[in-house]
Amino acid sequence: MKRLLGFAAIAAAIGCAPAHAQFTDGIIKIGVMNDMSGLYADLTGPGSVVAAQMAVEDSGAAAKGLKVEVVGADHQNKPDIGSNVVRQWIDRDKVDVIVDVPTSSVALAVTEIVKEKNKVFLVSGAAASDLTGAKCSPNTIHWTYDTWALANGTGNAIVKTGGDTWFFLTADYAFGHALERDTAAVVEKNGGKVLGKVRHPFPGTDFSSFLLQAQTSKAKIIGLANAGGDTINSIKQAAEFGITKGGQNLAGLLVFISDVKALGLPIAQGLIFTEAWYWDMNDTNRAFAKKFAERNKGIYPSMIHAGVYSAVTHYLKAVSDLKSDGDGKAVVAKMKAMPTDDKLMGKGTVRADGRKIHPMYLFEVKKPQESKGPWDLYKLRATIPADQAFRPIGEGKCPLVGG
Amino acid sequence: MQRVASLQAVSYSERSRSGTVAFLVMVALLLVAPTVIYPLFLMKVLCFALFACAFNLLIGYVGLLSFGHALYFGWASYVSAYTAKAWGFTPELAILSGAATAAAFGLVAGALAIRRQGIYFAMITLALAQMMYFFAVQAPFTGGEDGIQAVPRGHLFGLISLADPMAMYTVVVVVFLACFLVIYRIIHSPFGEVLKAIRENEARAISLGYKTDRYKLVAFVLSATLAGVAGGMKAIVFQLASLTDVYWAMSGEVVLMTLVGGLGTVFGPVVGAFVIIAMQNYLAAFGQWVMVIQGSIFVACVMLFRRGVIGEIANLFGIKL
Amino acid sequence: MFEIFGIPSQALFGQLLIGLINGSFYALLSLGLAVIFGMLNIINFTHGAQYMLGAFCAYFVLTYAGLNYWFALVIAPIVVGATGVVIERVFLQWLYKLDHLYGLLLTFGLALVIEGVFRNYFGSSGLPYRVPDALQGGQNLGFMFLPNYRAWVVAFSLVVCLATWYLIERTRLGAYLRAATENPTLVRAFGINVPRMITLTYGFGVGLAALAGVMAAPIYNVSPQMGADLIIIVFAVVVIGGMGSIMGAIVTGFGLGVIEGLTKVFFPEASNTVIFVIMAIVLLIRPAGLFGRGT
Repeated sequence: MKRLLGFAAIAAAIGCAPAHAQFTDGIIKIGVMNDMSGLYADLTGPGSVVAAQMAVEDSGAAAKGLKVEVVGADHQNKPDIGSNVVRQWIDRDKVDVIVDVPTSSVALAVTEIVKEKNKVFLVSGAAASDLTGAKCSPNTIHWTYDTWALANGTGNAIVKTGGDTWFFLTADYAFGHALERDTAAVVEKNGGKVLGKVRHPFPGTDFSSFLLQAQTSKAKIIGLANAGGDTINSIKQAAEFGITKGGQNLAGLLVFISDVKALGLPIAQGLIFTEAWYWDMNDTNRAFAKKFAERNKGIYPSMIHAGVYSAVTHYLKAVSDLKSDGDGKAVVAKMKAMPTDDKLMGKGTVRADGRKIHPMYLFEVKKPQESKGPWDLYKLRATIPADQAFRPIGEGKCPLVGG
Repeated sequence: MQRVASLQAVSYSERSRSGTVAFLVMVALLLVAPTVIYPLFLMKVLCFALFACAFNLLIGYVGLLSFGHALYFGWASYVSAYTAKAWGFTPELAILSGAATAAAFGLVAGALAIRRQGIYFAMITLALAQMMYFFAVQAPFTGGEDGIQAVPRGHLFGLISLADPMAMYTVVVVVFLACFLVIYRIIHSPFGEVLKAIRENEARAISLGYKTDRYKLVAFVLSATLAGVAGGMKAIVFQLASLTDVYWAMSGEVVLMTLVGGLGTVFGPVVGAFVIIAMQNYLAAFGQWVMVIQGSIFVACVMLFRRGVIGEIANLFGIKL
Repeated sequence: MFEIFGIPSQALFGQLLIGLINGSFYALLSLGLAVIFGMLNIINFTHGAQYMLGAFCAYFVLTYAGLNYWFALVIAPIVVGATGVVIERVFLQWLYKLDHLYGLLLTFGLALVIEGVFRNYFGSSGLPYRVPDALQGGQNLGFMFLPNYRAWVVAFSLVVCLATWYLIERTRLGAYLRAATENPTLVRAFGINVPRMITLTYGFGVGLAALAGVMAAPIYNVSPQMGADLIIIVFAVVVIGGMGSIMGAIVTGFGLGVIEGLTKVFFPEASNTVIFVIMAIVLLIRPAGLFGRGT
């Protein structure tokens, strides 16, 4: 299918090349790559393609005479498949910008290729804060969220509301360690104390043993420095062992709307975590969500979908101002120079290190009796202003930042 | 596995002739291919073809089904990637260090696994591979889920830059052909004949005075080492080493490639690797359906054509390939 | 309260109990594998997928038919066992004359197909399944809070394991089964339908996997890949125990669960690998496995 789309694109390019000679092939081609059928399919998946298409439609590109095409591919969360797809997209199918890419391993691989080929990479799905830190690139913008923002938002808010003793349940691999380290730093900076931690194997299935250790520690907060299935199972088993009833609270450091959906409100209720966007915050979002769900098998948009919409919107603005999409570095530079403004994520900026800056929000999962519909899941606890939401630019060790 | 592998007896000259012709055809195809097919895809096929050939050395000629070959492939790719990136090894040294690691793991795992036969052998290799998978997840130098990224392709012998796809392709073809000939040589040596004797009837081989355990262990280590070369090469070509390569699904894939191509045929694994990688590449849009399709091919091969593509062709023409 | 190696004894008791719970799943699954292996000489790689099918079956029965956990406990093993019978008739029966490895390859392929299909339709994030009402809550044992459901899992799987052992080792039917594995031709000469017995045995083994799946559903989420990694650990358990005896499979399953539980306290980083390490040691000392009769 991907190949067919490629041919179609080339055919279209030949047809209209003379009119738009300023673009590489007369066509702006957006490649949305993510997990189309695995663990993150509901969170990113086909929904991100829909979001990108909606952004293209709303941008009025067609009226300006721009030809924009959106293609999608599945990386199955494997870096080798992902880098293969991206190389072929750029070499053969003339894709100009890669969007979304959840799973940090794949995103880190893609950022290297995109830099080498001088195209544009807009990350919405991946979490690794390294993308704007040690591994930042002049061709990459990290749009929606990152691990630092989640650790910071959740850690801060919880310590400030009295959750000052922590025990970490950490997935024993690089990602889990980083999440634990970032959160522990925030907790201690705010005067909280880390009483202990246990490293559980990744992926794990039975967390009861580790939860019991967390219980014995008498910490007020059990921080879950893990992701996906591990987080779901830890939350589920914490409920089973009466840990939440016993007065200890869980803090999810990487929780998404799809996880809450999978857990169900009776178990997930009371869980606190940070996200960048929620569909039920205002009328614009609600209208978008309704339109989106109609085109995406009834699944409501996640913050990652919103991020894709926002990123594509801004990209199209920059490209149509530049009247060129060939030089990836120039496009990203233009995107950094222009303030961002779109209907979902509002006004914001893109920093020199490639970090998109906007407010983050602290949510709490509703109790079953408070929920009025299948997607009525969160209530807003606090807003983290844009200038505090992300890692200060100097601390990321990004080589692009002078000094 | 004897029922698959034993083909009709053919005269030696005829056998070597058909083999030589097939080999020359393969070399010719490899020379022409990059003008028609995307080179990166070809390099991927060749890495897996070598991996499958190494695996086939065990199952096809000793009758041992290893369900844990991802261990050697994946760990070699980690070591090659790490030495190339962190210690600045040249590509050939990086691949060699990967292969050496695979050989060492092969020695340990092989010594344990050959203590049992048949299905147990398969389960033990699988379990040991899974154990090393968990180590790969936890070990700091592998980068956990992120893997080792941005591995430099470097300069061959410190001289020739491999950043150019054609230079890289040439290296991959040369390494592949060299290892292929090594495997061919092993199979047709007196040592290889003993291996086949063990496959057909181990008890008889023992009664003839062969220390079969030693033969099996040597074959196991050779197979692991060559799988390591394939893994190391893949890390350099794709500039990436990741958990995918050590996961048990990878062990399953190499079994599938060999089965599709033809167990116990020299050229089968190469054809099988091409078929499976092409399928994965062009069906990538179907996502998880690839898994279902692979599973169905497994079932179809076991039920309907146990000889595989090359095995069926060889059988049809009464030649040995 | 006293301490053992710096760990409070109460925590230790808790962990032992939890180990026993995980052990029940290992025991049930390795028991099923052993029963199938004994009769068919096939390592059933599909076992993990069938465990997953059991959990999904419980979910379907609840969602689409409104029947609760207790019905699922009966229905799932029968339904999934029936699919096992179909698999045996359509595929496996043609392979007995071939090398045993083909059985492994075939069941591996089937496992991929089943898991892949479920991933496509249900995604990978998993579906929630509630603990049955009668087993909500738990007991405070002083040293730990034991959820009623977990206690039930241990007790029930012990009963199932022992019943299976009794069936095979102590009844007339079991005697036929054992005789048929030793010498099928002779047993057939006595007028017993051996092929049908083989089919039903496979169905029974698969049913055990499905039963484990139903029991797992309220603890872990119901998800397509729940069986894939578990089955490899169970393979290691089987290698350690040796597949010679039914009792061996049961004892090893529970025992390894406990050992794994203790590792989680003393050296949590190694808890994923400890079973494999034990396997390597057992292979060095007793290649045939703890309860094995040689290969």
